Amino acid sequence: MGVFKRASQGPLDYHRRLWLRLYVGLTFLAIYAPIITLIIFSFNDSRRNIVWRGFTTKYYWKAWNNDSLFEAFVNSLTIASVSTIVSTILGTMVALLLWRFRFPLKSAYEGLMALPIVVPEICMGVAMLAFFSRVTGFPTGWIWPFNLSAITAAHIAFSFPFVAIVVRSRLAGFNRELEEASKDLGASEWQTFWKVIFPFMKPGVIAGALLAFTLSLDDFVVTFFTSGPDTLTFPVKVYSMVRFSVTPEVNAASTVLVAITIIVTIIAMRFQSPEKMARG
Amino acid sequence: MSESIISIRNVTKTFGAVRAVNDVSIDIQANEFFALLGPSGCGKTTLLRMIAGFTNPSAGQILIDGQDMVAVPPNKRPVNMVFQSYAVFPHMSVEQNVAYGLQVVGTPAAEISTRVANALERVGLDELRTRMPGQLSGGQRQRVALARALVKQPKVLLLDEPLSALDAKLREQMQFELSQLQQDVGVTFIIVTHDQDEALSMADRIAVMQDGNVDQIAEPGALYEKPANRFVADFIGKVNLFDGEVSGTQAGKLTVETAVLGKVHLTHDGEAQHQVCLAIRPEKIRISKTKPDVEGHITTRGRITDWAYYGDCSHMFVETENATQSGAVRLGVVIQNDTRNAVDALDIGDDVHLFWSPDDMLVLND
Repeated sequence: MGVFKRASQGPLDYHRRLWLRLYVGLTFLAIYAPIITLIIFSFNDSRRNIVWRGFTTKYYWKAWNNDSLFEAFVNSLTIASVSTIVSTILGTMVALLLWRFRFPLKSAYEGLMALPIVVPEICMGVAMLAFFSRVTGFPTGWIWPFNLSAITAAHIAFSFPFVAIVVRSRLAGFNRELEEASKDLGASEWQTFWKVIFPFMKPGVIAGALLAFTLSLDDFVVTFFTSGPDTLTFPVKVYSMVRFSVTPEVNAASTVLVAITIIVTIIAMRFQSPEKMARG
Repeated sequence: MSESIISIRNVTKTFGAVRAVNDVSIDIQANEFFALLGPSGCGKTTLLRMIAGFTNPSAGQILIDGQDMVAVPPNKRPVNMVFQSYAVFPHMSVEQNVAYGLQVVGTPAAEISTRVANALERVGLDELRTRMPGQLSGGQRQRVALARALVKQPKVLLLDEPLSALDAKLREQMQFELSQLQQDVGVTFIIVTHDQDEALSMADRIAVMQDGNVDQIAEPGALYEKPANRFVADFIGKVNLFDGEVSGTQAGKLTVETAVLGKVHLTHDGEAQHQVCLAIRPEKIRISKTKPDVEGHITTRGRITDWAYYGDCSHMFVETENATQSGAVRLGVVIQNDTRNAVDALDIGDDVHLFWSPDDMLVLND
């Protein structure tokens, strides 16, 4: 009888099963092995970067000293910063509008706002290309950083709905009585917004801003269609380098981008975490 | 009494086709503890929110201290509110919460700190002033909401179901504290509640509301002993009701024909419709196993079917011999266990006589 006795399994004890663990392990391997390989080979002391020939960090220096790569990197950061600021303000205002007011065709408006999230990026890219080639006044020949305005506008267009969604979901948890309490205690609309509503939605605004930043920083498709010959961004530049050969320099540059994205994402998740929500 | 601090004149509020408040007029005196009592959806909270200024009446006037308030926004009204959820600002400490209402109107910092300290002391929170609301219990958060409203020195303090979220023990304690606080600060309190015990124990006067109408405004004792109609009698406390028809009227005398009690002679002044309702409170019914020897009392017989023991008293149901068309009639009876043997005297299944004085019986119009 004792042979059939096993440690009883609770309903949530699936993680003890071997096949499930294997499955999870393989999934993680499939997802992360390429990225880890990329990072490891950025330290490879080999031009052709096929076989491991020893550790070096020289390709990071090389990438750093590659003028056009560096320029692309600065472009990317500039675009991401401006796009983040504008789309955060715009997205927050949209979230407030949708949360606060009732107006005709609200649900239609809401759907339209979310459209850039679901439209395939390639369509968005083509549309942007067509748009900017028709619109006069968006020449690519302006001096830096104004030559980036087309890309920046495109980035704002697809990232502000993400901000709006994050801020809106934060606001959904707002107790309307707080707003009434503030007014009841003598505060004006303006004071109520800045002293009561804004502090509450701040974690959502920060999370949305960081999301917009990463979206802009590593965007390739839309950028590819809207960039001119003088306005390379980091992902587009990396792509053009890969077309010649995959040197460790490309790996090094990509590693830097991965690192920035991961750091910003972690910060964003922190601001969105349930405990933060509860405390805020 | 001085002239009223709040005067609600023919106020009506409609939401679409629904009349949430229907032509209500109430005058509330300065320093009064006034309760708006009614079941949920009766319009009592809507009325309170109109006094605070969060919604405007569809028709009628609200005067606070003689001034028409209709065009005045909530942040300019001399009233403050304690919200049902307390609405304590979660990102501010206790002290900051209480100071908020003074800061936004530009009170000098020195004055703020003394007034905040006084308010916190008054509600017994001076030790917790640096705590954040997340670290407070429900009762403590309510005290923050109270201090925050009182520090504004309002003419009227509005309280929306202030005790509904507290547990029974704390609720009882807060009932006493609120009454005490009201006497100390000398501010008019208007409380909204669906709990009759809360209203009866705290308020000087109570307005009973039903479906947007005020059925009766009276002091607690009058409300219980002289309810204006069937709804009020049924809503405040427990009551046994008998439908009947008036078969004879003489000066101050009324004869009512009922299915259960037969012909009942009552003293009643005032008007009576043809169809009336007779009411007797459970604690006013006497019970006995033997036939009582009483002249002029209303009597009936029945059998005890249910029994609930509460220590100080016992509640029971007695099914009467005479039934109406709709079936047997169960009367609620409350007896005081005023001797130690009282408990053993009666039991389920006993045949008993019920009797009471006609003076304790009320004639109600529907």
